[in-house]
This record gives sequence, C-alpha cells and structure tokens, in this order.
Amino acid sequence: MATIETVAETRPSGGRRQIVNDMSIQVATVNGSGSQTANSVLLRSIFQMGIPVSGKNIFPSNIAGLPTWYTIRANHHGYIARKKEIDFLVAMNPETAQEDVLNLSPGAAVVYDEPLRLRELRQDLEFYPVPFDKLVVPVCPDARLRRLVRNMIYVGVLARLLDIEMAEAKKALDKQLGKKPKALALNWNAIQAGFEFAEKNLPKTDGYRVNRLNKTAGKILIDGNAAGALGCLFAGVTVVAWYPITPSSSLAEALIEYMGRYRIDPATGKATYAIVQAEDELAALGMAIGAGWAGARSMTTTSGPGISLMAEFTGLAYYVEIPVVIFDIQRTGPSTGLPTRTMQGDILSTAFLSHGDTSHILLFPCSVEECFTMAQEAFDLAEEFQTPVFVMSDLDIGMNNWMADPFPYPEKPLSRGKVLTAADLDRLQKFERYRDVDGDGICYRTLPGTDHPLAAYFTRGSGHNEKAGYSERPEDYKNNMDRLKRKMETARKRVPPPVLEEDPGAEIGIIAFGSSHWAVIESRDQLRSEQNIPTAYVRLRSFPFNDDIVNFVKRLKRVYIVEQNRDGQMCDLVRLAICGSDCSKLRSVRHYTGHPLDARTITDEILSQEISR
Amino acid sequence: MSTVAPPPPKKLNRIGLEVATYRGSKSTLCAGCGHNAISERIIESFFEMGVSPTQVIKLSGIGCSSKTPAYFLKPSHGFNAVHGRMPSVATGAVLANQHLRAIGVSGDGDTASIGIGQFVHTMRRNLPIIYIIEDNGCYGLTKGQFSATADVGSKLKTGVVNELPPIDTCALAIQLGATFVARSFSGDKKQLSAVLKAAIAHRGTAMLDVISPCVTFNDHEGSTKSYDYMKDHDEPLHDIDFIAYFENIEVTYDPGETQDVQMHDGSHLRLRKLDRNYDATDSLKALSAIESARRDHEVLTGILYVNPEGKTLLDLLRTVDEPLATLPQERTRPGRAALEEIMEELR
Repeated sequence: MATIETVAETRPSGGRRQIVNDMSIQVATVNGSGSQTANSVLLRSIFQMGIPVSGKNIFPSNIAGLPTWYTIRANHHGYIARKKEIDFLVAMNPETAQEDVLNLSPGAAVVYDEPLRLRELRQDLEFYPVPFDKLVVPVCPDARLRRLVRNMIYVGVLARLLDIEMAEAKKALDKQLGKKPKALALNWNAIQAGFEFAEKNLPKTDGYRVNRLNKTAGKILIDGNAAGALGCLFAGVTVVAWYPITPSSSLAEALIEYMGRYRIDPATGKATYAIVQAEDELAALGMAIGAGWAGARSMTTTSGPGISLMAEFTGLAYYVEIPVVIFDIQRTGPSTGLPTRTMQGDILSTAFLSHGDTSHILLFPCSVEECFTMAQEAFDLAEEFQTPVFVMSDLDIGMNNWMADPFPYPEKPLSRGKVLTAADLDRLQKFERYRDVDGDGICYRTLPGTDHPLAAYFTRGSGHNEKAGYSERPEDYKNNMDRLKRKMETARKRVPPPVLEEDPGAEIGIIAFGSSHWAVIESRDQLRSEQNIPTAYVRLRSFPFNDDIVNFVKRLKRVYIVEQNRDGQMCDLVRLAICGSDCSKLRSVRHYTGHPLDARTITDEILSQEISR
Repeated sequence: MSTVAPPPPKKLNRIGLEVATYRGSKSTLCAGCGHNAISERIIESFFEMGVSPTQVIKLSGIGCSSKTPAYFLKPSHGFNAVHGRMPSVATGAVLANQHLRAIGVSGDGDTASIGIGQFVHTMRRNLPIIYIIEDNGCYGLTKGQFSATADVGSKLKTGVVNELPPIDTCALAIQLGATFVARSFSGDKKQLSAVLKAAIAHRGTAMLDVISPCVTFNDHEGSTKSYDYMKDHDEPLHDIDFIAYFENIEVTYDPGETQDVQMHDGSHLRLRKLDRNYDATDSLKALSAIESARRDHEVLTGILYVNPEGKTLLDLLRTVDEPLATLPQERTRPGRAALEEIMEELR
C-alpha cells in the first residue's frame, strides 16, 4: 500500500483493490529522446483534473543517450515530495529496463516496449506490453520524426489505463505545442493511437487510477528557477552577471526571457537592465559586486563549484560592505560531484564563505513561491545590510515542476538601504563611510557619481578605519570587525523567522529547511498516524538564526535535524547557535543519495533513533 | 610705501577646478617609482580635460600599481578590489551607471598573470574604461619576483635570468578587439600626457601599457624594464598632439607627415611621423610592428592602434540612457497585469 490513507474502492468486476489518486508514475527513457514533452503532458493532464501533482526529473549530466527517469506523483492529500516506491513504471529504456523492473515493489504495474520482454522477469507485477515501433509507423509517416513522436504514445496508453481524461491530455498538449500545428497534430495522433491500442489490447489488471478532484483550481505549475527569476524581475534587479552551470543556468535563462518581455522601456525600446554572461564565476560575482557598489540591484546565480570560486569575492563584499544577491542552486558535491542531482550540501561552506572572520545572510526557500518572495527579500536585505545575501535553493526545487498558488504581487516598496544623496550631504556636512551612526552596525554609503565634494570614499579590501582610510591599527581593525558582527546581530532579528507547526503533546521536534520541507510534513503525518508520535516542527528560513531556534530546542526532549547532506551541516550550525547542554538533544537525519528526500526515509530514521535511544 | 603683489590667480580648468582638486593622498610608494610619475600624468590630464572628478571611478586590483588610485583624484570614488579582478568590478560599476568615467589601474602581475582571464574578456567587450598597466616586469610588493611581461634574458638582482617568453599585453589587446591600445613610458611626460588625454576622449576600452621601472627590484643593469634600458630602447612611433574638442585651435598640418584621427567626442589626435610610416588605425600592421620591435629589442611606444567608433558593451546591451542603478521602482518593477499574465500562462 502506498500511503497511510489510501482511498480504496472496489470495482464490481475484478475485486482488485483500487488505489485512486495516489501513485507515483515513473517514465524511464534515454535523454534527448523527446520524452520531456510527453512527460509534461502527462503531468499537466493529471494536474488539470484537479489532482495534486509533482514532477521530478532524475537526469544525467549528458546531452543525449543516457538514462533519465521522470517521476510524477499524484496524491489526493497534496503530498508532493518524492515517493520512494514506484507504482507505475513506463519502461522505454533498454539499458535500465531490467533493473527498473527488478526494483519495483510487488503489485506495481509496468508499461513497456514490447521487444524488451520484461514480463518474464517477475510474476508479482502487472505488465502491459506496447509495440511502440509498430504503432508509430501509421501515426508518423516521416521516419525521421518517429523517434520524437514515439514517446507520446505512452501518454495515450496511460490515459486509458489510469483513466486520465483525454480532453485534458489534448488541452495539455495544446499548451505545449499550440504554436506548432504540425507537431501538435502528429503528437495528438500518437496519443490517440496509444489510447486506442490500450483500449483494444490491454485489459486493466492493476488497481491504480485517477479520478477528477478539485484541488488544483487556479494553481500554477512552475519550477523554482523560473520562480526565482520572476522574483528578481519583480525585485527590480538591474544588473545580472552569470556563468553557465547546472542546475542554475535555467534561472538566468528564465530571467533573460522575462526581462526581455517586461523590462524594455516602452518610450525608447531600451532595456532597464543589463545581463552579462561572464567568463567565469569569479567575474560573474565581481561584476555583480561592482554594480552593487555603484548602486544597482545586482545578482548572480550559480551552484557549488561556482560558490567555491566566489569565495574570495564574497569575503571582499562582506568586508567592504557591498550589497549583492547570489543564488546557489545546490547540487551534489564535493568537486564536480553529481552535477544533475540534488543536495543541501553548501550550507556550512556558504554561511562562512571566504577566509578570515566572515558570516553571511542565507535564505532557504522551500517552495517555488518562496523562490519568488525570497528573491525579493534577498535584494531588500542585501541593500539594507550592504552585504552578500545567498538564496540557498537546490536542484530539486530549482529544476523540478511544483504546484503552487499564484504568486502574490509584491506590495512592499523596494527597500534600498542607507544611501546618502548630495542633498543629504549638504545637510549633514559630514560623511564617514564606516561609522556606525545608528548603532545597528549598518553604516551609510554614497554611490559613485554623487556630485558632492564629501561623497567620495575609498573602498578597499585591506584594513580600513571609519573614514575608509587605509589602516593597520589594531583598534581600527577590531572596531570594524566588531561592528560587522553587530551588523549581523541586527540581521538576525530582521531576516525571515522560522515557521513553527506543532502537534499537541509533542515531545520531539524536527528542524528542516528548503526542499526537505515536503518530505517532512508527510513524515510528520506518518509518525502521527502510524506511530502515534506527535511532533513539533520548525522550518528554518534564514541564517543567522534568531532566538526561536534556541527556545525550540530548549523546550523539547529531542530534536531531529533533517537535511540532505552527509555531515549534518545544518545540525552543526544549529549547535553553534544553541550551545550549552541543549546540544545533547540534537539528533541528525541525513539523506545523501542525490535523489530528492522522501518521507519514508525520514520516518524510518527517526523511528530507528527513537527506538535505539 | 611698498606694495605687496597679489598672488597669481590659481589656474582653473574649464569646469572651474584647480589642479589640487585632482590630487590624492600622499604616495607611499618608493621614491623614484615610475608609478608616481604616472599618477602625476593622470592628475594633469584629467585636470586639463576638465573631467568632473565626482563623475570618475578609479579602480584597481592588488599590487604596488593598485595602490595608486589613492594617490590621485580624491573626489572620485575608489575601489581597491581583489588581485587580478578589477576588470569585473569595473564592468559591473559601468553597467550600473554608464555616466561614470572609469579608470582602472593594474600592474603586470595583476593583469598578465592572475588577472589575464578578466583582462582578455574585458578587452573583448570594449567596456568604456581607461585600463592602465603599470608595467615593471616584476612583483614589487612581494619583493621582486618575475612577472609574465618580463623579457627573455632579463635579469633579477639575484642573478636569476628569465627564460620564458613575455606576454605582450598590447598585442593581446589589439587581437581581442580593444579599440585604443597604446604603450608608453612613465619617464616620457609629453607622450604619456597626450596618450592619457586621448584615452579620456576615447569611447570604449583604452588600454595603456606604461613601462614603469621598479627602482627597488628591477632597475639594475641586465633588466629590460629599467630607466636606462628604456632610454636606450624606447622607439616612439610618432609625435603625438592631442587637441581636445573644446580647444578652438586650428593647427595646420601636412597630411603626408601627420595622421589625423578624430575621436568620438570630436577631439583630434595628430600623429606626426618620425622615422617610419605608421598607420595607427590598422590593427594588422600594429601587430606586425609590435612583433618586429620585439625581435629587434626595441620598445615601440605611442598609439599602437585606435578605432574611435567601435561598438562598446553598452551599445550591445542597448540599455536606457539613465544610470540603471538609480532607476525608480516604477521603471524596474513591472505592474500587476504583468504578473497576472505570467501566472495565467503557468496555470
């Protein structure tokens, strides 16, 4: 059985257990075979039927010819984390078909390419052989296009087997290919051919199907990188410098597209932004820093290897106090690692990125909506605190399709921080770049080009005093470093606070962040309903932490920190924040396979630690 | 009764500022360092061109040369970045505010070794910036190691001889599309001043490799970047006269003897022939001249290449005329209809 509360019903004919609106479908193909369109049509069709879905692509670091798995989870509860078990497999890839089938749990169903002869492998699965090569011939007379159309046939087969409404499949296909009538016709014929074949030849023997619900009305489907790009667009970003790296490139590319559509000055036809593809990540951050210094809302986007390269510049921006926003779409490290797989692996290294004493503001979006809102928050924080702000997304959020409510239009005006104009300088008759006038650690700055004799100051990564003059004096150095610490203390109370949810009577707590959230909420339901273990849950949204974390750990007996890395990086960060005897309450739940986290992994690990306590 | 003569009025430039305004803090470099002479020429040329110093940004990387922006143009915002990475910081700053006049000071280590990647890409982009390499063939601040512009056969004080071929930053810049490339010598006041003024008038990257002897570590016999070596091997291509657009001076010249180049702002460069025919607008000839000079152990100085009308990065990006940095929210945050339209597409 797939989840704890399966909606079961019995068909008069078969008597087989029916599992409605609760399954994960996995399509195994080779990359570069055009399966992406077919998978999107499947995902959208189910979504349009009002059933909560999520789509996750497990793909190789390669352009064509290596195995790819696309998993769609449909769940009436709205669980959208990865589900460990596959209920319905579409086996199109000869290279992985055997292993894919052998990994299934008993009772799962397999649609497969007939020549693969998978039926012989297992007795405890339901098999549906489909002669894709034969079916594609009449559908697609042009032999050269068959490779691309062939995959669309399984959409029709699944529509028939799972009761996906064909009208919704047509609508989803229109959305994908509406502007290309020829391709649309070809692909629609392929879907129909699949449907008709299944209708005539594949009597239903498994219990999985979908049935119209009303849980997705008005919702959108988007990946986190596009959502982040939209956030930057509405944050009024003006200078973007980036260097291509998976899985962050699609954020920059979405931004290029959206900016091209919405940020061209109607009067002049000119751009209200500049986007530059830099020569490497060092230059990308250098440009963003130069732009931030000159007053622009500037950003870059990267992933782990880029973060490593940006270390030196990040330290500079921290020390000379320049606002800049850096998206880190985390992938599996260390080194090149698994470039197309997900991880929350840059937490510690980014929190203190660069040599010397440094500490940075990190934001942890857990959803596409937060990619949108936190992008905006990041620019406000960067300019308010004149420091780098990292938006710590990951491949799972960034590159996978997520369901969400439509994004709210930002009501808050842009917060541009403490910037003095020439008129301010006239009034004040004094300007010292690094003097803590307000006592919050945040100093006033002027922008280059401010036409006033008092405006200029010298920005230097070497030691400096309050007047921005070069200084190696111990007291100047210490004053400045202490003030920077004070600034982070101010930030601690200003950054997005954690979100707390609590079951009545909870004695154990869970701390998680980012993409782990979806598996955690499902795991909490499992713990409650299967084991009668109520939990309290804090979802971290930013670093440095405020006192909520300290108090949370203080009042609970044990606290599990769930994260997607080997070393429990967030656990270490929390330990630094709470210190003292409460540290002994901390437990670590770690997942690091490169695949998105699933609820069962968390539940099992927490239970095993609870038992062995 | 004796009368005291009033002090002579201070000389003001065309925007009413005196030269003192263009100065910076006192130099902390070694006495006699070529870099100090270059700072002096920068002060003079910005003063004489009447550039408003608050509209200038001065940037640098790390090294002796990179300290110098503190020694000129005090009213300008300065930025001492990380080693070899000044070009990217300058690029971002210029993108944020294209009205700013950027001057970047680098050294041969900062540019030709650690910063070579950013250097070549900046040359490709034709970013509007004056990019000066204060070139002494060695790392001064770390006590005299060879840099990548040291000539084959050049000798360190310790007797170590360089055997690796040098990187010619001017040849590289020309090849990569820089639109104003010059080589000069910190000891040649007149030439360097003219080159700097022309660089200020140029729209696009003006790359200046200025041989600037290191008196402490690389000014001895056997060095090819010493004052003495330059005195013997400096081969000026031409005599340079620069006539700024605001100077109403009609100078007659003989087209057979002088090449006239009109700069983007209307200023004129007059390159008067010395002992060779040289066309400063021909990049192919420039590369050939640089290479033959290298073989003959000569240091060709002057304006090696100029193309006053090349497209800059800003032209290619087609940005609005106002500084991006200070565009108001109404122009940078799209309206509700835009978000609704995008959301509808995603439903």
